[in-house]
Amino acid sequence: MKNIWALCKKEVKTYFTSPIAYVVISVFLVLVGFFFYNLIWWFNTQSLQLARNPYYFQQLNINQMVYSPLFHNTSIILLLMIPILSMRLFSEEKKIKTEELLYTSPISVTQIILGKYIGSLLVVFIMLFLSGILSIFTFFYGNPELVPILNGYLGLLLLGAAFMSIGIFFSSLTENQIVAAVLTFGSLLLFWVLNWASYSAAGMWKDVLNYLSIFQHFDNMTQGILDTTDVIYYMSFIFLGLFLTHSVIQSRRWR
Amino acid sequence: MIEVQHLTKKYGDLLAVDDLSFKVDRGKIWGLLGPNAAGKTSTMRILTGYLSATEGKASIGDFDVFEEPSKVKKITGYLPEDVPLYPEMTVQGFIHFVSEIKQIAPSKRKEAVNKVIEIVGLEPVRKRLIKNISRGFKQRVGLAQAMVHDPQVLILDEPTIGLDPAQIIEIRKLIKSLKGERTIILSTHILAEVTQVCDGVVIINEGKLMASGSLEELVSSFNDKEGVFIKLKRAGQEALPLFSSIPGVKEVSWDENGIKIEWTKGHDVRDEIIKMIADKDLGLLEMRPLSMGIEELYLKVISGGVEQ
Repeated sequence: MKNIWALCKKEVKTYFTSPIAYVVISVFLVLVGFFFYNLIWWFNTQSLQLARNPYYFQQLNINQMVYSPLFHNTSIILLLMIPILSMRLFSEEKKIKTEELLYTSPISVTQIILGKYIGSLLVVFIMLFLSGILSIFTFFYGNPELVPILNGYLGLLLLGAAFMSIGIFFSSLTENQIVAAVLTFGSLLLFWVLNWASYSAAGMWKDVLNYLSIFQHFDNMTQGILDTTDVIYYMSFIFLGLFLTHSVIQSRRWR
Repeated sequence: MIEVQHLTKKYGDLLAVDDLSFKVDRGKIWGLLGPNAAGKTSTMRILTGYLSATEGKASIGDFDVFEEPSKVKKITGYLPEDVPLYPEMTVQGFIHFVSEIKQIAPSKRKEAVNKVIEIVGLEPVRKRLIKNISRGFKQRVGLAQAMVHDPQVLILDEPTIGLDPAQIIEIRKLIKSLKGERTIILSTHILAEVTQVCDGVVIINEGKLMASGSLEELVSSFNDKEGVFIKLKRAGQEALPLFSSIPGVKEVSWDENGIKIEWTKGHDVRDEIIKMIADKDLGLLEMRPLSMGIEELYLKVISGGVEQ
């Protein structure tokens, strides 16, 4: 556990001693802030227009009209940002030859992977936490429901964790960070569009594609529904990504 | 302390290490010599657990490298050829990080870091970023990361490569000062380094063991000639026949403004040479034994000399 923590600390420090973390987090916050502002503005105009009609006015729900689309938009920004955060995890160690230090130290490959993975997730957590501060305004001026919002953020965190597990896998394959980022980005996009393919598929395939689609499981969470199948899906996704990373690194010794 | 038995490593079809066996005793410094791509780095990587072996056994201390890798890693320090450094970290921060992953108890970390910084002489740069320090200091940081957990065994892959002469001398001094408590294997191209630092050598070529043993042993076993080199004040080439007339002398030649006299092994004629010089009043300026240098030994072994 101590070893994992040591590596985790190192990763977080590395993100913050280089410009990567600052740039990624700032761009992320600017984009989320932009979407948030637009959604609130739209919600406001709707509220003003519908104020004369008590029936429709009752139907206005900030959770559904602001947060649900905001979480969707945020998930796409994550899809763009996570490959940038994950690309250096193992590629850089390979490139600057520090992997030799890690693999000849008395720590296991599992510990190395977990340390790096948790470290990079902390950055995602910080990113999401900072974006969550925007909600102070909605709570101050309105009365949204808290639980669905927390659910949505949990969904974003799980989504980010799943993305990151793919990212760390591709990073372990190559010493070129750009290659790692492009491969991660490409496969994340593919998982995204699997959802679209399911619209035209029929029967069993529809279910299979739907189940595999990483965003389908996220949908429920943006609505504020916490379903264990979704959580299990993300957990298995993460496990698979980390397991593949482990296999890649172990195979290196036998080359 | 370090034992390698019939070690073989293949990368696909390429045979990097071929049935290599050698042994290093506790407290000794041994040099691993060989041309480029001889299998030095592969051997070291196998010993440190970075690579697996295709066949064979290796052990460090009481532990088998393949059976108990984590125990071996705890008592071994490794300086790879490309020094593993995180350029964005400070010297002190990096060594502290290494002390964590080498599992030094939290209460002893600070002391261990300070001690190793003092030993390798990093005090002047301890707060600087690694990317901003000179090559010599980087090499020292590399040594520090290998030594911070006070390992019994140090494996150093070309520790003086890329350093300037003054730094080379300092690093050599440092390595020599570590002798005794630690068993050290170092690989190098620089033959002088071996004579200055090492107690023994393992010479390998194309993955195969060509020779191993202490320096004296090797030199005497490969040396088939004995002789002296002399410089005279009042005689030149014309004195050659004088010396060849001494019984037992095999060959006399003119070389580098002096005379090389070789005799048959076991027939030391140094007394006779001195007498001759005194009798003829030639004025002796210099006399030194014609021993085989490490360069000669190396070339002889590598060029397919006798396998031991």
